[in-house]
Amino acid sequence: MINDIFAYLVFFTVVALTYALACLGLNLHWGATGLFNVGVAGFVAVGAYTSAILTAPPSPDRLGGLAWPIAVGWVGAALAAGVVALGVGLVTLRLRHDYLAIATFGIAVTIQLLAVNLIPLTGGPFGIHGVPRPFSGLVAAPLGRNVAYVTLVIALVAGVYLALERLVQSPWGRVLRGIREDEAAAAALGKPAAVFRLQAFTLGAMVMGLAGAVYAHFIGFVAPEDFLSILTFQVWTMLVVGGSGNNRGAIAGAVAVWALWTASGAALTAVLPQELQARSAALQTVVIGVVLAAVLLVRPRGLLGEATVVSRHARPE
Amino acid sequence: MIGAQDFANGLILGATIGLGAVGLTLTYSILGFANFAHGELITGGAYLALTRLWVLAALAGWGLGQWGALSFGWPFVLLLVAAMAGTAALALGLERVLFRPLRRRGTMIGLVIASFGASLALRSLVAFAWGPEPQYYARAIPIAREVLPGVRVTADQLFVLVLTAALIVALHLVLTRTTLGRAMRAMSENPALLAVTGIDPAVVARWTCVIGGGLAAVAGVLIGLTVQIRPLLGFELLLPLFAAVIVGGVGSVYGTLAGSLLVGLAEALAVPLIGAEYRAAVAFLVLIAVLVVRPVGIGGTRA
Repeated sequence: MINDIFAYLVFFTVVALTYALACLGLNLHWGATGLFNVGVAGFVAVGAYTSAILTAPPSPDRLGGLAWPIAVGWVGAALAAGVVALGVGLVTLRLRHDYLAIATFGIAVTIQLLAVNLIPLTGGPFGIHGVPRPFSGLVAAPLGRNVAYVTLVIALVAGVYLALERLVQSPWGRVLRGIREDEAAAAALGKPAAVFRLQAFTLGAMVMGLAGAVYAHFIGFVAPEDFLSILTFQVWTMLVVGGSGNNRGAIAGAVAVWALWTASGAALTAVLPQELQARSAALQTVVIGVVLAAVLLVRPRGLLGEATVVSRHARPE
Repeated sequence: MIGAQDFANGLILGATIGLGAVGLTLTYSILGFANFAHGELITGGAYLALTRLWVLAALAGWGLGQWGALSFGWPFVLLLVAAMAGTAALALGLERVLFRPLRRRGTMIGLVIASFGASLALRSLVAFAWGPEPQYYARAIPIAREVLPGVRVTADQLFVLVLTAALIVALHLVLTRTTLGRAMRAMSENPALLAVTGIDPAVVARWTCVIGGGLAAVAGVLIGLTVQIRPLLGFELLLPLFAAVIVGGVGSVYGTLAGSLLVGLAEALAVPLIGAEYRAAVAFLVLIAVLVVRPVGIGGTRA
């Protein structure tokens, strides 16, 4: 019993922290820079598929299957997501802000389409199986493997968190917030807004791609239905609930919303009659939607919220 | 090979996209945000009409009837009216509960993400309530006739074109000849100035929801009539809708209409070349091409 609970806790933590990674990426986009990305699922999918294609063993009916080391797959995942973001960003980031929302929505739909239909590369609706799991050679028991994996993921999230904290507190991060608050003022100070936005957009998408790879190597396979727009919505809800503009908020929001998601799923399974079980996932979405709307209306800054930063020169003596 | 038939298909597709996109462009420019739930208004219209059909069948034993070569008769008018009224009410409800309170807080992006959430929740509710299987208003398989050399269309498809044209003319008259229409156009230009003239922007916003919802409902019913009714019907149309709106220029009704025809034609002409499975990506390519070449769109004024 205790063992089961522990095993579940490990599983829960890995998934929640994978969401936290994607949420940290989105926080760099939206929280720090004010970039409205509605295509989170697309960038996560690019990362997951890239790493799967690079590291999975060769298969006669599929291209790729290079069986490269997992670490190479993860780096490749981040790079591939970054390249896609760079392309989308170059086209949209100098335009009206909401055009980015529509373009990122479009890229997510298109990536989903490619995942389903580009069968020689992605395996189509069945996806790619046999994505290698780290530590499987070292630890035989699944629980031991998961414990090793959760340790790795905690270290990874901590590392990304520290790096992002460093970045947003650096002069570079200050420029991002400056652009978010008043683009004209930032431009007047000689900061090319489009360049900074493109940098932030690419970097955030790379973190999302990494999240995709972390997910793929935990579950062991990737399939198109893991990257539907519900994923984008979950990550957004996590950021809004946790507190946009605050990296600790992004992580806390991911854990809190994922807990709520799994709890509402369990509750619906317990309450609903047998014949409606298959449709209960639909109601889960509604629960999360209501939570998001409530937070937006009642507590827009979220659980933690962004710390107010005042220049030390402006402080009274 | 691309033939005349593909052009006809593109025209019909463009007309249904147009009904949705014109409503989207109005709410976009008048209410001031990209409403990702607009696709679900289309889905809602299709399912509300289906429910009305079931109610008619259960209470009065009516079917859809038959008008000449069309696959439906006059009860279809009741379906359309029910769908338009119900969808307009849905759009008003969203505006009242979600969008207006968020607009008052001045968080434009909160609006977009809220509409994204509303879209998912509504889509899930539709799948929950009506089930995920495709449904149809009428079971009969419509007969396509040759109207031009090499072009075969069904009577229902011609009806789509005629009804769309009629609704666009009606919208044109509303926008140009009525106080409401002038107020709507004024609100998209300058809401503060509108308020100064003594017109309540909230009233204009509500009417915009009614008109956008009504047009979306018609689009949904027409797609249900000529293709099929599915919970993802509107969502899958959302990218073409946004592409049409941006191609046409946000707020420009005629630009959006031209954009819709362009997107519809591009999708239909691309199908023989790249296969039907990549159709949705065509709208995305059109969107990106316009953003690169002319980001204000055909009839737009600001990028």
